[in-house]
This record gives sequence, structure tokens and C-alpha cells, in this order.
Amino acid sequence: MNTGIVEAERQDYRIITGWVTEGASVLELGCGGGELLQMLSRQKHATVSGIEIDENYIFKCVSRGLSVAHQDIDDGLSEYADQAFDFVIINQCLQEVRKPHIVLSEALRVGRRAIIGFPNFAHYSARLQLAVRGRAPVTAALPYQWYDTPNLHFLSIRDFYEYCGKNGISIERQVFLDGKKQVRIWPNLLAGSAIFQISRNRPALLQ
Amino acid sequence: MLKTGKDIGIVETKFLTFAQPPDQLLLESGEKLGPITLAYETYGNLNADRSNAVLIFHALSGDAHAAGYHEGDDRPGWWDNMIGPGKAFDTDKYFVICSNVIGGCKGSTGPSSENERNGRPYGLDFPIITVKDMVNAQARLVDYLGIDRLLCVAGGSMGGMQALQWAVAYPSRVRSAIPIATTARHSPQQIAFNEVGRQAIMADPNWNGGDYYRGKAPTRGLSVARMVGHITYMSDESMAEKFGRRFRESEVKEKFEPDFEVEGYLQYRGDNFVKRFDANSYLYITKALDYFDLYNGKGLEHLLQGVKARFLVVAFKSDWLYPAYQSREIVRACKLSGVDATYCELNSSYGHDAFILETEEQEYLVKHFLASVSEGNGNGH
Repeated sequence: MNTGIVEAERQDYRIITGWVTEGASVLELGCGGGELLQMLSRQKHATVSGIEIDENYIFKCVSRGLSVAHQDIDDGLSEYADQAFDFVIINQCLQEVRKPHIVLSEALRVGRRAIIGFPNFAHYSARLQLAVRGRAPVTAALPYQWYDTPNLHFLSIRDFYEYCGKNGISIERQVFLDGKKQVRIWPNLLAGSAIFQISRNRPALLQ
Repeated sequence: MLKTGKDIGIVETKFLTFAQPPDQLLLESGEKLGPITLAYETYGNLNADRSNAVLIFHALSGDAHAAGYHEGDDRPGWWDNMIGPGKAFDTDKYFVICSNVIGGCKGSTGPSSENERNGRPYGLDFPIITVKDMVNAQARLVDYLGIDRLLCVAGGSMGGMQALQWAVAYPSRVRSAIPIATTARHSPQQIAFNEVGRQAIMADPNWNGGDYYRGKAPTRGLSVARMVGHITYMSDESMAEKFGRRFRESEVKEKFEPDFEVEGYLQYRGDNFVKRFDANSYLYITKALDYFDLYNGKGLEHLLQGVKARFLVVAFKSDWLYPAYQSREIVRACKLSGVDATYCELNSSYGHDAFILETEEQEYLVKHFLASVSEGNGNGH
């Protein structure tokens, strides 16, 4: 599923690899050809596995020696126990699933933490195209025409903040990117994509 | 995707006899069977530390001749496109063993074998056997070959059941398992199709309660059983592609003689099958399939606890006899019990037969999976 924005992806891979702890267990939803999982395995000695819907990416993963399951993450993750992984990663495919709320809830059920990367729909160039030209935006992070985009849901960084607040999710780390560059001010305007590390707020008694 | 390697060349079936009375094999039914002969073939060489052995299992009507050519034959073994130098089961790297099952009629002890007690073929005196019994017999062959731990157990359909049974029954002896187009338990639909086949055989007057070895064999019944089988091995699409509604070239003289190509094909397959297969073996082996149930009234994940093998599970989208959901259940149980599993659902129009016919993608998956298992690194290192 990791299509488009190849240059920025390498940067997001580096950031995510930096966040994942040494020897962690990691599940990636929509793991594509497994580039990120392989980095995590090699650099962080993580125990990694992936879920991917595209048959050709499955071949790629298997050729890398990765464990990957050919299935649709929209069908849920009922085969995994609660908190089975240290990290669940959803990078650049949350906007492509049919039921993002269920996918996020499942990610935070089976993972102690989740790392979520997505394109920011409120990037200024998207805003300009919509506001000034009256056209559905096509940007570096959202490179598709309306008629052939795999993206089903469009969210902004601010939308994600609001979602986390409403759903009892803590944001532990965040990085905003415009291409390869990190964005430090006005991310909802200037960032083409964002990466968050999140976890479920635990009831005080359990902490 | 891959270059097809060279062929293995001329191979021979070998035979091992064991379980001589009074040390017969104890079967799941509680009965004892012995002596037992297993037919098997091997390809490639066992390495010095005996760590490169791969055990291959055949499906319902298969045999030990999985690859290469028998002297004078013009057709290779049934999985020759998967086994050989440079192929998925690379005989330059791996020592590949294929064993025939007990209950069969391809050189291993089955209902058509001689019962030592009376010097006559067993017939229905042959005990009921299960997939577990088949596997326990193979374990004796693996012992005999001096192999403690198998690099991989692999097979499609009934062969996949044996692979699953091996991984569960001998967890310390299996490093990886490749169950293809298979299930952890036969569904009512699968049992039903087998029952139609069995009833066709038993309805043939020549069957004679299984005692036909001195007279005419129940060839009509067995042929009909095979025809039903062939329907279930194909898909609607592959049948339409292969036959359409075309008529045969030969002129039909009698009413209801086969005139459609598909009818002619089924008859041809049925008539051919009776030349090479024993009707009683068909009854015994299909029954073994129907009894197969790794769930055993519990969740499959409980059975997989403690299994250390890595799994590569492969299903085919058009396979309606062993539908992909059955493979997904195997994968789900692996995940729940922490067993490392890779799952791929391949696109193919061939139906259940795809595991024999549509091997290019399967070959790619198996080749890379085996490389990763044998290097012992897995996990993308």
C-alpha cells in the first residue's frame, strides 16, 4: 500500500526506525513490500510481521524472508491477542482503509503503542487548489487524481488531534514532514505528512 | 518469474518394510498394522549434518514418484515442476523425500496388499487408517533415513494435512511446514463429495464387499468416483475455458452417450484412473481425509501451542473444494498461538488443481521461504 512519495518515505522510515525500541515486536498493517519491516529487523533486531492485501507485495516480503499475511486489515485483527505487540505501525495507508476508526482501535488493542503516518489534507497547496482553483487537490503527498486515488478518507493533522482527544488516545511523539524536511511551525498548514506515536490512555487504577 | 531448472533425470522408487509382528504400528483406531511397506523416492543428497531434508506428501491419488522420470516413462513425477535442480525444492540444496501413504496402492501397504495371516489381499480386513497413522508410518521412514529434524514438510490437499499433522505431532522434528490448498479439518461439504464417491464404488456389484481381487474390479464405480472428484478439482472458469459447451468430434450413436467435451473428458479421466488405482484404497483414503480434524473439539490454536515450525500457508482463490477460508483459519490459529506464519492467497483460475498446475508463484514463494528457513535467519535479517 505504500505508494507515492518515495523520497519522503525514506525519511519516515528513518523516523519510525528511530522510535521503535531495540528488540521490540512489531506488526505493520499494509506493509507493502516490507522495506520498513526489514529495516526494523536489521537495525532494531525487532521481531516483525506484516499484513498486506496486494499479492505482488506478498511475493516481495517473502523474498525478503519476512512473515506476512495476505489479508484485508479492514476485516479486523481478531487473530491477535490484546497487547500482543510492542508496536503496530500503519504508515501511509490509514487513509486507504474503509473503516479507519476500527483499524485504529484494533491497532491500539493488539499493540501497546501505534505509529501512524498519513498525508495531511490541510497542507497549504491542497488548500490553495481547493480554495482558489476549486479543484480537488493533487500534491506531493496526495499525488492522485480524484478518479484513481486509493485514498478513501482525507484527514488533517488537526483532525487527528481531535480524534485522539475524543477517543482517549495519548500522543507520545510527533513529527511533521514536508518532503524530506521536518516542519516545526504551523504543521497543519506546512506539513505534507505527519507521523504520530500514540497509545491508549489507561484508566488511572491500571497505571 | 524463475528460470526452470534442469530435470532430475531417471529415478527409482524404493521400499522400506518395518513394523514386523509383534512390533506392529499401533493405529489411531487401536488396531495394529504390520508388517508395513512404504514406497518412497529421494532426490538430491543429504548434507553432512543431516539438516537439509524436505519431506513431500502427495494428495489422494498420488504416489511416491514426485519428480524425475522412471526408466522408459515419457511423463515425469506429479510435482516435477516444483522439485529439481534450481526449482522450488532445489535438489542441489535439499534432500527431498516423497513417501507414499499407508492405505494406498502405489507400493505401500494397503487393502490390496497381502494379509500375512491368510496370504490373501486384505480387502475390508484392512484396518481403518487416519492421516495421523500415515504420518506415524512416515516417521519410521524418516528415522530409517537417519534424519532427526526435517527442514520442511510440504504438500497440497491431503499432502497439506500430512504437513499439518507432522508439525503438530512431531514439533521438535519439523523446522517449517508448507500446507497448500488444504484444511485442518474436513468440512461437511468435503465429506459429502467423498461419500458420493464411496457410494458409487460400493454400488458397483463387482465391489462385492471389498472382496474382488480374484474377479472383476468395481471399475464403473471407481470411475464415477473419480469423475466426481475431477469436478471438485476444477473451477467453473477452468471448465468453461477448457471445454465450453463444445461437442466431441466422434459421432454419438446411442442416446446419452457423452457428446459434450466435458463429458468425454470426465469419462476419459475416470476410465484412466481405474487402470492405476484400487477401489478399496479410494474408500480407505477418502475416509482418512474425512476423519481428519486437528481441532479435535477445541480451538486449533491450543494444538499449535509449542509448535516451533515456521509456516507458509498457500491457498488459491478459485479453489472451492478447499476454500481459502480454511487456510485462513490455519493462519489465524498460528497467529493466536504465536507460531510464525506467512499466508498467501494466489490468483488462479484452476480451482483446487492449481497447486499442481499453476506453480510459478507457488514456486517463487516456496523457494524464498525455504531459503529463509534454511539460513535460519528469517524475519528479514
